[in-house]
Amino acid sequence: MYVDTKAHGTSSKALAAHRFRFGESRGFLGLLFMLPAATVLLLFLAYPLGLGVWLGMTDARVGRGGTYIGLENYEMLWTDSVFWLSVFNTLLYTVVASVFKFALGLWLALLLNHHLPFKAFLRAIVLLPWIVPTALSAIAFWWIYDPQFSVVSWALVRLGLIDKYINFLGDPAWARASVIMANIWRGIPFVAITLLAGLQTIPPSLYEAAVIDGATPWQRFRFVTFPMLTPIIAVVMTFSVLFTFTDFQLIYVLTRGGPLNATHLMATLSFQRAIPGGNLGEGAAIAVSMIPFLLAAILFSYFGLQRRRWQQGGGD
Amino acid sequence: MARNKDEAPADGMDYLTSIPRRWVTVYIPLLLFLFVLLFPFYWMGITSFKSNEELYDFQNFSPFWVAHPTLANIEKLLFRTAYPEWLLNTLLVSVVSTVLSLFCAVCAAYAIERLRFKGARFVGLAIFLAYLVPPSILFIPLASMVFAYGLFDTKWALILTYPTFLIPFCTWLLMGYFRSIPYELEECALMDGASRLQILVKILLPLAVPGLISAGIFAFTLSWNEFIYALTFIQSSEQKTVPVGVITELVEGDVYHWGSLMAGALLGSLPVAILYSFFVEHYVASMTGAVKE
Repeated sequence: MYVDTKAHGTSSKALAAHRFRFGESRGFLGLLFMLPAATVLLLFLAYPLGLGVWLGMTDARVGRGGTYIGLENYEMLWTDSVFWLSVFNTLLYTVVASVFKFALGLWLALLLNHHLPFKAFLRAIVLLPWIVPTALSAIAFWWIYDPQFSVVSWALVRLGLIDKYINFLGDPAWARASVIMANIWRGIPFVAITLLAGLQTIPPSLYEAAVIDGATPWQRFRFVTFPMLTPIIAVVMTFSVLFTFTDFQLIYVLTRGGPLNATHLMATLSFQRAIPGGNLGEGAAIAVSMIPFLLAAILFSYFGLQRRRWQQGGGD
Repeated sequence: MARNKDEAPADGMDYLTSIPRRWVTVYIPLLLFLFVLLFPFYWMGITSFKSNEELYDFQNFSPFWVAHPTLANIEKLLFRTAYPEWLLNTLLVSVVSTVLSLFCAVCAAYAIERLRFKGARFVGLAIFLAYLVPPSILFIPLASMVFAYGLFDTKWALILTYPTFLIPFCTWLLMGYFRSIPYELEECALMDGASRLQILVKILLPLAVPGLISAGIFAFTLSWNEFIYALTFIQSSEQKTVPVGVITELVEGDVYHWGSLMAGALLGSLPVAILYSFFVEHYVASMTGAVKE
């Protein structure tokens, strides 16, 4: 190995000193290097997280610090039918959107994993829905869902499938379906590209072995692709569930929670109560109520990661 | 068939399927996917060039094409609204918070991955968990902090809060990248008497440039797309970012100016789309790297 002349000049004593420095000052250096990130994260992430829990137990309003009122906000929410509706909506939104995102995303990943012309270009444009600002693509959906000038309704009428325009965002059931569809549209690329990355780490020899053993394409997917992908699926779906559950932008742009609160998610309800409504305490309480669900998702991810170590033949 | 080494594993057996079968199982579904995924963009683009008469008249004009393209919507957007200002604001906020976050993330990732101080594993896990804390939970307490420190309605409110989701993400990505760089290089430098800082700046960072680029692009995109903080912390039109400005300022009353709204959405999406188009291969590669470990 190449050694600099300067190093030749240093005595063994100096080298030992280096080693000493190497071993001993790591704690201090580590602290020093961690300092910028730790400052920002403690000040603007950990502290607000605690503050949020505290605000949930106060009657704070915008521009006025609140006093401690115990669990009153939560008691109020417990009997608040709009809050429970938002919990239901959030769960429905998350479960339906995640299932479709996973199924369609996996399908798209498998399609993109074939030998295709313009492969790089295809991957690039498939990612588009995910990288453009959600608020802005939501505007395009808003226009597509317009009650009078919806191009979807127009096309369906022209094809003779329906006889009058669909009130996409005005009818509660349609509104729910519409926001879920927009969310799926936005989420597919992330799932697909990440799973595609996972697919490419599967050694081809496994498929060759399976073919030699006479496996059908379905068996190849079921017994080679799927088990090899599970760890990545666990991680991707945790992220997907987490971000769908706490979604805000899409609903805010498309429906603002309407019609009749049919599309209010916990995040949009908490925003509405806290910022335009001015009731910071109540908004914070709604936001805090999301935490148990998020913890469940994180635990799921944790066990997903555990399984991954076991699959790679590591300890336990 | 020409092959390269990064060819997908399943390719090896594609010759087993006939051409018509491939059409049914691969190309047609793929085309459908592409149509659905890209249609909103097409619609966005085509609407921005339509005149108002054409926009609301599906009888005489096909909605899928522009008969008489006009730049009126874009002209209105650029010269009669605060749009250019929002673009500048977004650019400024995104660049500053990205640079700030990259600096913090490089230091943190180096400390966790290479210094391996006592508790580094725990800190690494904490950083990962920090990424899982969504802005929808943090915006209320952050809003009260922003009020309290007098940052409300300033760009500082955004520049200081965006790193809360950028730093964990970049650190996580860079940790993975640093791990792939051989430790021996650093040991050599250490033997040659380089300080830790020198090692980081002269050895590790030049080797980690691809990682830095992807972390930078991610961070930039995430801040460009951010919505809820910008919506909550900013009030005056001249401080707004593009996503918030388009939603709150271009929609007035009951009359939606769909042409200029779509133009606003299109122009606001272009910068990130262009940025990505240059680095997409890179993106897929870094994603592969991140999920491999």
